[in-house]
Order: sequence, then C-alpha cells, then structure tokens
Amino acid sequence: MEINEIVSLVLGKIVVGEAHKFDKIDRVFASDLMSDVLTVINDKSLMLITGLANLQTIRTCEMSDIKVILFARGKVASEEMLELAKENDMVLIESKYSMYRISGILYQAGLQPVY
Amino acid sequence: MDFEYKIEGDDFTNAGAASSAVKKMLNQVGVRPDIIKRTVVALYEAEVNIVVHAYRGTIKIDIDEEKIHIRLEDEGPGIPDIDRAMQKGYSTATPRVREMGFGAGMGLPNMKSNADSLVVTSEVGKGTTVEITNYFN
Repeated sequence: MEINEIVSLVLGKIVVGEAHKFDKIDRVFASDLMSDVLTVINDKSLMLITGLANLQTIRTCEMSDIKVILFARGKVASEEMLELAKENDMVLIESKYSMYRISGILYQAGLQPVY
Repeated sequence: MDFEYKIEGDDFTNAGAASSAVKKMLNQVGVRPDIIKRTVVALYEAEVNIVVHAYRGTIKIDIDEEKIHIRLEDEGPGIPDIDRAMQKGYSTATPRVREMGFGAGMGLPNMKSNADSLVVTSEVGKGTTVEITNYFN
C-alpha cells in the first residue's frame, strides 16, 4: 500500500518525507518498546506505529532500517526529531487516532503484520 | 581502521550518535546490510546502556578486512550479577529510561543475539566492559 493511502486512511499528515508518499509499505509493526522494535527482522518496506515520540524512536528506526514511522494519538515530532529523520531520509506521519484504531484500520485494509 | 567515541551518562540527546556513525562507516566500506544491522543493533543497545547506567564511557571500534571489534568501557556502578542481567526481562532501569522506550530487560539478550561474540565483564563500583565482535563473512 502506498504511504499516501495509509495517511488518508488514518486521517494523518506527513510531517517529513513528503517526497516518499508513493513508496510502498507491505508490513507493519506497532510498539512503544524500542528494544522490541530492535528485534524486528524487516525487508525495508516496514512501517512502525508508535505512541513514543522522542529522539530514541528515530534512532531505533535508523538502526533497524525502518524508514516510515506513524505517530499515534496526536503525538508530535519535535524539531530535533524532524531534523534527525530528514538526515536519515525517513517519513514521519502523525495521526490523532489511537494505536488500536490505526492498527485495526490498516489490518482491515490488507497491511500484514510482521509476526 | 580505529575509531573512538566518548559517551556521557544521562545524555539522551546524543544517545545513538556513535552507533549512527558506525552504521554510516560500515555502509561506506560495503559490509553486507544484514551484518550492518546486527552490529549496530548490538552496539546501540550497549551505547544506550552506558547513557542509562554509567557516568561516562568510551567506545573503541576496530575494523579490519574480516571483522569489526567493538569495545565499550564505562565508569559506572557495574553489574553485580552478569548471568542475571543476561536473562530476558531482568531490568534495573529507572522510570525515565522506560519513558525512552527501553528498560524492559531486553538489552543484553538483544546484544547477544546480534553478536557473533559478546563478552561482558564488570566490577561493582568501577564499571563495565562490553566487547562485541562480528565477522563480515
């Protein structure tokens, strides 16, 4: 599924990485626990849904080769986070929906879990 | 190639900066992506551990044609029982660390599963040394 389709399904907005809006996502992982994110094996078309918005969220995804992060429940990326995400050519999306609601919508729309 | 990074305890803003630099370096020298990921995940967990638990530390990186060797040395409280610390779910992390998305007792097990060789030595009241070695083939 293209990133811009995900954004419209969750009534979100892309705050960094607009140029990648036609990139495709196949699988999704949802977690607030970064150590758990670091264990995920992915093929670079994976998106993380999280309620944790701090610099370590961006760093963790950098180490894990995750290029797209969807922040749930109205969490807002700070200036430092936006900068670090730009440096790493990432896409950051913000949505007001909860993690549960986002997960439900995207699962129903056909996006697959990792495990 | 040899490199050294200084890490300050409690400096959450820069936590991961050394791991990020190592990742870029390994990309530049053309190491296989899966090996890069294993290496930087192990290193990042270890780097965050210094920020979280120690007062300060150094990370020494040594890369040759066949492997990367990483030595993380910290000045800190040390680990009284390393076997216990290696168990999944065991954690001494503070609430602040948990707010950062860590502290679930997965750090050392994560390092172990992403390193070809992991050696942890520690002296209570002095500090901890972690050595990670990953081979390129």
